[in-house]
Amino acid sequence: MKVKIEMTGGLEILFKNQKNHTYEFKDRDTMPLRELVVWMRDTQIQERPELFVEDSTVRPGILVLINDADWELDGGIEYIVEDGDTLSFISTLHGG
Amino acid sequence: MDNNNNNGGTTPTTTTTTTTTSTTTTKRVAKLCELCKVQRPVLKRPKTGQMICKECFYQIFEDEIHNTIISNNLFQRGDRVAIGASGGKDSTVLAEIMTTLNKRHDYGLDLFLLSIDEGITGYRDDSLETVKRNQQQYQIPLKILSYKELYNWTMDEIVAEIGLKNNCTFCGVFRRQALDRGAVLLGANKIVTGHNADDIAETVLMNLLRGDIPRLQRCINIVTGSEGALPRSKPFKYTYQKEIVMYAYFKKLDYFTTECIYAPNAYRGHARDFLKDLEAVRPSIIIDIIQSAENFHFRDEIKMPVQRNCNLCGYICSNEICMACDFLKNLNSGKAKYALNSNSLKNYNKSSNNNNDNGTTIPDTTPTNISAIGFDHPLQQQQQQQQQSSSTTSNS
Ligand code: SF4
Ligand SMILES: [Zn+2]
Ligand SMILES: [Zn+2]
Repeated sequence: MKVKIEMTGGLEILFKNQKNHTYEFKDRDTMPLRELVVWMRDTQIQERPELFVEDSTVRPGILVLINDADWELDGGIEYIVEDGDTLSFISTLHGG
Repeated sequence: MDNNNNNGGTTPTTTTTTTTTSTTTTKRVAKLCELCKVQRPVLKRPKTGQMICKECFYQIFEDEIHNTIISNNLFQRGDRVAIGASGGKDSTVLAEIMTTLNKRHDYGLDLFLLSIDEGITGYRDDSLETVKRNQQQYQIPLKILSYKELYNWTMDEIVAEIGLKNNCTFCGVFRRQALDRGAVLLGANKIVTGHNADDIAETVLMNLLRGDIPRLQRCINIVTGSEGALPRSKPFKYTYQKEIVMYAYFKKLDYFTTECIYAPNAYRGHARDFLKDLEAVRPSIIIDIIQSAENFHFRDEIKMPVQRNCNLCGYICSNEICMACDFLKNLNSGKAKYALNSNSLKNYNKSSNNNNDNGTTIPDTTPTNISAIGFDHPLQQQQQQQQQSSSTTSNS
């Protein structure tokens, strides 16, 4: 499976200062979102991983969109990510 | 997108239970917008839990702010309104909304963008570029007023002088006055700022925790400033941060997200994190806090201090000289480093009757507010990283 990730609102600096990322998991068809964000925290962030994940969910104050819609419409962190999904993470904690 | 059916039973989606196992199942097919009942919802409203589509979201978001403006009588036809514009998400959305509503409902306002340039290399100069693009887009006049012009000090110079300890206190005091002066230069008679419901709930909490009753009392007002100072209002008082950011995201608005390179050295604003944690459990908490605070009754003895004008600059304040002039005196005499440990800062931080902010208890950026009263900035570590990254990209 392949997922596209978009980091905005100031979060991109945690992720190698890049907005767009594509992750491919050759041996998987689906993946719980919780597993994906923990994997991202453990493998994709160099510093301050707690700014992204807190209590094994996305840190409050970061908005998540699944295929351009609020993740709360799809069960939030319980969502099962599928091949072709696009996930957007937007920090609301930056700037004013 | 094409071959995700062979995992059939192993991946039940969370809410919609059975979608047919034909090719390309769409998970949200069963849900419709609760307002128009036609479109696919894109947002769950924190205030109400309603699931709504993009068009209905724009509509309700704009209508609610319009209602806030009308029911609080924020403007009169012919008003000249300066929009405090930092290039950040709140003020960018505010500029968009103010121009939209002014046209749609024929408010008859003259709008201006007003930006304060603190003189922070690699931070404010970048964010001002965003404001300039906004100006192009909305076609409203932009005034940029710098600390250097007003005070003959940039924040870069101030930090070089006093270090990274109380810089935000200086900066906040200077900015508040600068916005007023800039508005006067524009011939504006009102100022609007992008403070949203989350900001206000956070300020309520902080004032409550500190036992700062006068500020607690004032911070809930939608309009602040009176008797000589320009009225400042907050059209986003009841608007959630989440919806502001979603609005900016869906409308692809151009805003700036880097934090100031001089933001203080601790990584969290406790009140904000506390609030975000609460909100995750119960999203209405933000409006609930605001409504609670609106219903507080304060005893009459808590009096606003007497207003007078600063002996040096004439700015409205409650002492012989205003806080900005006091700070400047110390800076110019090279005593700022020490003076801050004694009188000025102590008075500023302790005295709730300090009225240099014209009754505005929420300064113009959250960082100022937080640091001025002893809370720390959120995401400080990120800021340090940004410091590095912005230094690589900021030489344009
Ligand atoms: S963090 Fe804000 S208040 Fe502090 S120096 Fe920077 S711009 Fe000024
Ligand atoms: Zn709709
Ligand atoms: Zn003065």
